[in-house]
Amino acid sequence: MEQMDELKRKVLELLKEDARRTPALMATLLGADEEEVKTAIAQMEQEHVIVKYATVVNWDKVDDERVTALIEVQITPERGRGFEGIAERIYLYPQVKSVYLMSGAYDLLVEVEGRNLREVANFVSEKLSPIDAVLSTKTNFTLKKYKQDGIIFEDHEEDNRLMISP
Amino acid sequence: MITNKTQIAGEQNKSMTSYLAPLVQQIQPSGIRRFFDLAAGSKDIISLGVGEPDFKTPWHVREACVYSLERGFTGYTSNAGMPELREGIASYLHTRFDLDYDPANQIIATVGGSEAIDLALRALISPGDEILIPEPCYISYSPITSIGGGVPVGIETFGKDRFKLTAEGLEAKITPRSKILILCYPSNPTGAIMSREDWEPIAKVVEKHDLIVISDEIYAELTYGGNHTSFASLPGMMDRTILVSGFSKAFAMTGWRLGYACGHPDLISAMLKIHQYTVMCAPSMGQVAALEALTNGMEEKDRMVDSYNQRRRLIVKGLREAGLECHEPQGAFYAFPSIAGTGLTSDEFAQRLLREFRVAAVPGSVFGLGGEGYLRCSYATSVSQLNEALERIGAFVALLKKERENKA
Repeated sequence: MEQMDELKRKVLELLKEDARRTPALMATLLGADEEEVKTAIAQMEQEHVIVKYATVVNWDKVDDERVTALIEVQITPERGRGFEGIAERIYLYPQVKSVYLMSGAYDLLVEVEGRNLREVANFVSEKLSPIDAVLSTKTNFTLKKYKQDGIIFEDHEEDNRLMISP
Repeated sequence: MITNKTQIAGEQNKSMTSYLAPLVQQIQPSGIRRFFDLAAGSKDIISLGVGEPDFKTPWHVREACVYSLERGFTGYTSNAGMPELREGIASYLHTRFDLDYDPANQIIATVGGSEAIDLALRALISPGDEILIPEPCYISYSPITSIGGGVPVGIETFGKDRFKLTAEGLEAKITPRSKILILCYPSNPTGAIMSREDWEPIAKVVEKHDLIVISDEIYAELTYGGNHTSFASLPGMMDRTILVSGFSKAFAMTGWRLGYACGHPDLISAMLKIHQYTVMCAPSMGQVAALEALTNGMEEKDRMVDSYNQRRRLIVKGLREAGLECHEPQGAFYAFPSIAGTGLTSDEFAQRLLREFRVAAVPGSVFGLGGEGYLRCSYATSVSQLNEALERIGAFVALLKKERENKA
């Protein structure tokens, strides 16, 4: 069991680097059996450890206008359900890309994406703020993304090592 | 095209070679250098020719250096190196390889492992001494032996022995003039390692013939599936061994030029004399970085070794699938496949691979005896680059096979 956990952890690391790696390639890299790798992946998909294979996109490089805001939201928790119910109400909106429960000065951090500033502003004023439990919102627009999910967005540095060296 | 300007400059440059020391004149430029020139300037080449990590020096190491510069730590250190660094090295060698050196008089920080080897040779060689060098090996040992006035004597090691040095092979080359044995395990270029059992008979020969050993252990941290055994840790070998190592390979610090030598106080003190008159001390900023690497860098090092190990499996499998025989390298970051079956010399193979398939690798012949018929492929490069290179090598080997069939 411990061995399987170790294999799973390593497979996850390899997939985090590049989700397109095949089970055969990962088996070679890890010195493992291909079937074992396939089983590990299937189990992790089943258990929702692997939730989705996604692509990290630098939208700045695509001719596609969109803005992202990180909204700090203070709320009154509900009796019995705490933050869960309100969080759910918020994350079901398609404009909402992520929702985190936070410690500190506010309760939820909500990432909202829209085509322009007005669209995001409308979402905040018409959808988010009117929710009964929401006490206050503070909207922070992102100006530029430098790094996301451990990936640096600027062009990769060239390998500037000498072509041949001792 | 030669421009007028360079022509004129060329005419003005009269030959100065008659002034050069004969010893230096006799040294041939390295075979690696020739390949470097061939590859330079070409585009879209995948290089398996690089003898250095593809990682950057870990950030905390770089930061420690930057911080020390900000605080104005820019002066000389003591000749042998910062005491804290020497203590760090002593404690590291104790923990990792069961070696006990006194930081006060048995350790010297040098400008890379290369300086340490040069110092050791210059401190020991009398003109005409024979220096035993198992080959294929790192390209510098033989030339610096010659520059130091010694006579390099190659000991061929073989693929069938997984390029390990054998006691018989060593003994066969010993003469009354033999004085020093240079070891480099894990090996550049073969990836061979030596276990304690492999070392024991060698140590007996060393003792019997009263040899001094220079043990270059720069790749000691890069072993796969077994810990490195330092030659100095064998019974009776500590006093007659100069251990040379450094930070380049384990901590991805090639450009910092920081290495060290450890050994008997008499030997280290002699090396220190040369060191203080030639370089004064190793760069102080490099010493700060090295100390940080030793103190807090092991986790990052393990991560890098894990990554090399993954790529090692990939390249060995890929080379074998391409139709090349390849022993399993146990250390460093090189695969050393045999290309003997292709009918080409290693030089021809490497040249055509570079020109026609745009993959740079180093012909085994440049590494001395026993290297002909092999190719050094560094796997310190990304998985995607490795995959592409392996595909191209496969296509090249298939083409060579077809050419041979057409001829037959």
